[in-house]
Amino acid sequence: MSLVHETDYGTPKSKSEKTVTLTIDGQPVTVPEGTSIMRAAMEMGTQIPKLCATDMVDAFGSCRLCLVEIEGRPGTPASCTTPVGPGMVVRTQTDRLAQIRRGVMELYISDHPLDCLTCSANGDCELQDMAGAVGLRDVRYGYEGENHVFAKKDGAANQNFLPKDESNPYFTYDPSKCIVCSRCVRACEETQGTFALTIAGRGFDSRVSPGMQESFLGSECVSCGACVQACPTATLNEKKVIEIGKPEHSVITTCAYCGVGCAFKAEMRGEELVRMVPYKNGEANRGHSCVKGRFAWGYATHKERILKPMIRAKATDPWKEVSWEEAISHTASEFKRIQKKYGRNAVGGITSSRCTNEETFLVQKLIRAGFGNNNVDTCARVCHSPTGYGLGQTYGTSAGTQNFDSVEETDVAVIIGANPAAAHPVFASRLKKRLRQGARLIVIDPRRTEMVQGPHLEAAYHLALRPGTNVAVVTALAHVVVTEKLYNEKFIRERCDWSEFEHWAEFVSLPKNSPEEVAKISGVPAETIRGAARLYATGGNGSIYYGLGVTEHSQGSTAVMAIANLAMCTGNIGRPGVGVNPLRGQNNVQGSCDMGSFPHELSGYRHISLDEPRHLFEKDWGVTLDREPGLRINNMLDAAVDGSFKGIYIQGEDILQSDPDTTHVSAGLEAMECVVVQDLFLNETARFAHVFLPGSTFLEKDGTFTNAERRIQRVRKVMAPKNGYADWEITVMLSNALGYPMQYEHPSQIMDEIARLTPGFANVTYQMLDERGSVQWPCNDKAPEGSPIMHVSGFVRGKGKFIVTEYIATDEKTGPRFPLLLTTGRILSQYNVGAQTRRTDNSVWHPEDLLEIHPHDAEQRGIRDGDWVRLKSRAGETTLRAQITDRVAPGVVYTTFHHPDTQANVITTDFSDWATNCPEYKVTAVQVSPSNGPSRWQEEYEEFSRLSRRIAPLEAAE
Amino acid sequence: MSHETSADKLVYMANQIGKFFASQGAEEAIDGTLVHIRKFWDPRMRNAIIAHLDAGGEGLDPPVRKAIERLRT
Ligand code: SF4
Ligand code: SF4
Ligand code: SF4
Ligand code: FES
Repeated sequence: MSLVHETDYGTPKSKSEKTVTLTIDGQPVTVPEGTSIMRAAMEMGTQIPKLCATDMVDAFGSCRLCLVEIEGRPGTPASCTTPVGPGMVVRTQTDRLAQIRRGVMELYISDHPLDCLTCSANGDCELQDMAGAVGLRDVRYGYEGENHVFAKKDGAANQNFLPKDESNPYFTYDPSKCIVCSRCVRACEETQGTFALTIAGRGFDSRVSPGMQESFLGSECVSCGACVQACPTATLNEKKVIEIGKPEHSVITTCAYCGVGCAFKAEMRGEELVRMVPYKNGEANRGHSCVKGRFAWGYATHKERILKPMIRAKATDPWKEVSWEEAISHTASEFKRIQKKYGRNAVGGITSSRCTNEETFLVQKLIRAGFGNNNVDTCARVCHSPTGYGLGQTYGTSAGTQNFDSVEETDVAVIIGANPAAAHPVFASRLKKRLRQGARLIVIDPRRTEMVQGPHLEAAYHLALRPGTNVAVVTALAHVVVTEKLYNEKFIRERCDWSEFEHWAEFVSLPKNSPEEVAKISGVPAETIRGAARLYATGGNGSIYYGLGVTEHSQGSTAVMAIANLAMCTGNIGRPGVGVNPLRGQNNVQGSCDMGSFPHELSGYRHISLDEPRHLFEKDWGVTLDREPGLRINNMLDAAVDGSFKGIYIQGEDILQSDPDTTHVSAGLEAMECVVVQDLFLNETARFAHVFLPGSTFLEKDGTFTNAERRIQRVRKVMAPKNGYADWEITVMLSNALGYPMQYEHPSQIMDEIARLTPGFANVTYQMLDERGSVQWPCNDKAPEGSPIMHVSGFVRGKGKFIVTEYIATDEKTGPRFPLLLTTGRILSQYNVGAQTRRTDNSVWHPEDLLEIHPHDAEQRGIRDGDWVRLKSRAGETTLRAQITDRVAPGVVYTTFHHPDTQANVITTDFSDWATNCPEYKVTAVQVSPSNGPSRWQEEYEEFSRLSRRIAPLEAAE
Repeated sequence: MSHETSADKLVYMANQIGKFFASQGAEEAIDGTLVHIRKFWDPRMRNAIIAHLDAGGEGLDPPVRKAIERLRT
């Protein structure tokens, strides 16, 4: 194995379809119009020396190293900024060029430290490479003059010297090594879109500066790492590289955090991970990343990670470490005992959206075939189950319609109930780039998120609706489209059922759905709704991106259908730049849904009661399957409280922290006789567990993840599992012990089984993924290349279905006791319940959950910024600190749910989506009042956590 | 919200489903609710709601009541 080297073409690829032929160093070469000479040369294999150019950002032309000669043109133009022309004759190496280049390099080196041997970038430094490439042999100027290299000059402080900035936990900035090529500044602007860096000063005084001469940590920097990747020298360098040294081999893998699914090169030294570098050929991320995937992987070796299996008789006992054999046979005998005593249906399991497709598939197989029931569910229940239902009903597939590249062709983007800047950062960067090119943006969100206003970014419309009124507002948008005749009749007649459309059009046209009426319940001015609807319907390619702010409501499924209707009636389906795109939370939520994790359906979304698919599985698995749907997570907990559900196998989910109404979840878990938790850490759910099976990280196993654009990508093992086994192996052992044998030597065999049993995966194999990098399902004989965009020539279900979406207010209502509405969300540096990110340095950006409250509401209650406040709902109460901000409207408060001590879900109620029981996280009526510190509940919880986490010291061996 | 008993909770869920299908027209109000419950509720929940109906069916909206009567078969 060796390092995966990616070619740097120097300048971005031209999208032109016209080509140009020219001659470089005597060889003819044909490239798209608009390509730089530098890139054209590189495409034929000739690297022109360069320092300030790199293909992730536009050329800048400042270093003057890449000069070339062009016949018939005077002077020596820079090849990075000069586009190719037909018939051009270019020479990349002549005596004159060589001499100029050496001169340039000499100047650079004369103001650069010569400590190459001990430099962290040694062997990975473009300045070093270029010195070699241009044949620099001596440097005539010393450091006597002005320099940026030494702290002292003639015994006094050197005014030009800046000390290292080590404030960022993951990378350092050493200004003494900076060559002011501005690659970092351009990466921050163009790739990331944060604009945190500038070049301050001019000429010899110019320096890279985060914000207004701030530290990196103190600046706007979001630590995405784009600048570090762009930097040709050691100026911006990963601390891990400084600590460990240069990596020697690398493996392509996929981020295990969010649904964007960024591809990375895991760069290794032996079995030690040195750094994760975003992979340019990754089709989801195109070489970009965010702080989580790029840097926050330290949890894999965190000291709190549990590496040995443990069991205990009661949840109040201390844990006892046991061998794998004992843990597995104990678990199997417990499940058998429970099934014998309480019946076959008294046990079930939860698959994980963090694990691979193969692992998820195996867990549901274990439950359906091994346990012999359909009591399987997944955490997608609590996030995107309404997407599955809503899009399934209207379009016929339970997934988004586009690939991420599609955003490059959108003209009007609508973001509903999502904050991609925080939860899907790389997608946000790609969208922002498109917005800077002139696309317009509509944001529908109770809160003024980073997407509404930011550097070089301003949404055309922000519909700051009251939480819980999505259906009303989206239906009102449709009202405008229909009553103002902005709909796409041709599309509707061709692709949908016209009479269904008419029926629906009649409904949306009712006066109660007009912006004027909806303004009264949603708080969004009628004119804003009208403006947004007109823009979406007439502004060119309109695309909708939505998140949990849509699904996590009692009308979540209805809202998804309302969105689907809107896209259909405007013809915004079936081509690049348009579509309906759920932004999936976790890395493999899409995959876990595809793999048959829901109690009522087999992989590929086929209802368990349908004989044909069920018989297919029965034959393959050699068992008879139950044809009745099983229990969902919340129903399992209800059944546990009722006494008919007694044992659960939970792989990689923390339902106690991620599910609503914590008290109800605890009661359910407490009532069970065997709770098995398989995870990296003693998570919150493990407080009630009787068996703990240590899980493995994404670095320790092979498999695949499917991201939000249906893209199946490989996860590759880069180190042996520290706990001994990959998660799929643990499921196999458990199944064997239960008496249902499973035999797999490698996850690729599981994928073969998935492909055999799932029409949308029919042509997927590991070999194909290795060859192509990734593929978007459906991938079968009808679509051998996969399906970047769905519903291209017609809807999967046949005709697109318009469904009436009547607004029904949630029963979670404000009143005198609970006058405010709480809504919840995430921030960039933390992930979900934070189990992983809290165990990394990412905590420097988010040490605690804060309650955002409008100045008006705060003043009324005598709350000052930073005060402890009590947050109380009908379900429970907690305390946290207040942050006063007008990002939220009066009457609305907001918090994140990344920290267990806050337990925002103690507050949330158990109202849920009518169709899927997806919990209503996004609306809770609350009261906020000043407080002195943690609530009694939090203190008790703290104490119980401490008790339940005890691990008994090992008894001395006999 | 804190549901007193699981029967209350099932009634609440069934009515919620019923409300959606009621908005789809009179026929769907019953058929849609019936099909939805049959497709997504496990047998013990279905039995529990039928038992609740047999015990008087308190709290069930009229179309939902009709749907559950037909769930038996
Ligand atoms: S890490 Fe990202 S956000 Fe921070 S300065 Fe670099 S490019 Fe900008
Ligand atoms: S920090 Fe690196 S990328 Fe930025 S200007 Fe200096 S050398 Fe160039
Ligand atoms: S968390 Fe998401 S955006 Fe960040 S690197 Fe991972 S997949 Fe990419
Ligand atoms: S690489 Fe072209 S001017 Fe620097």
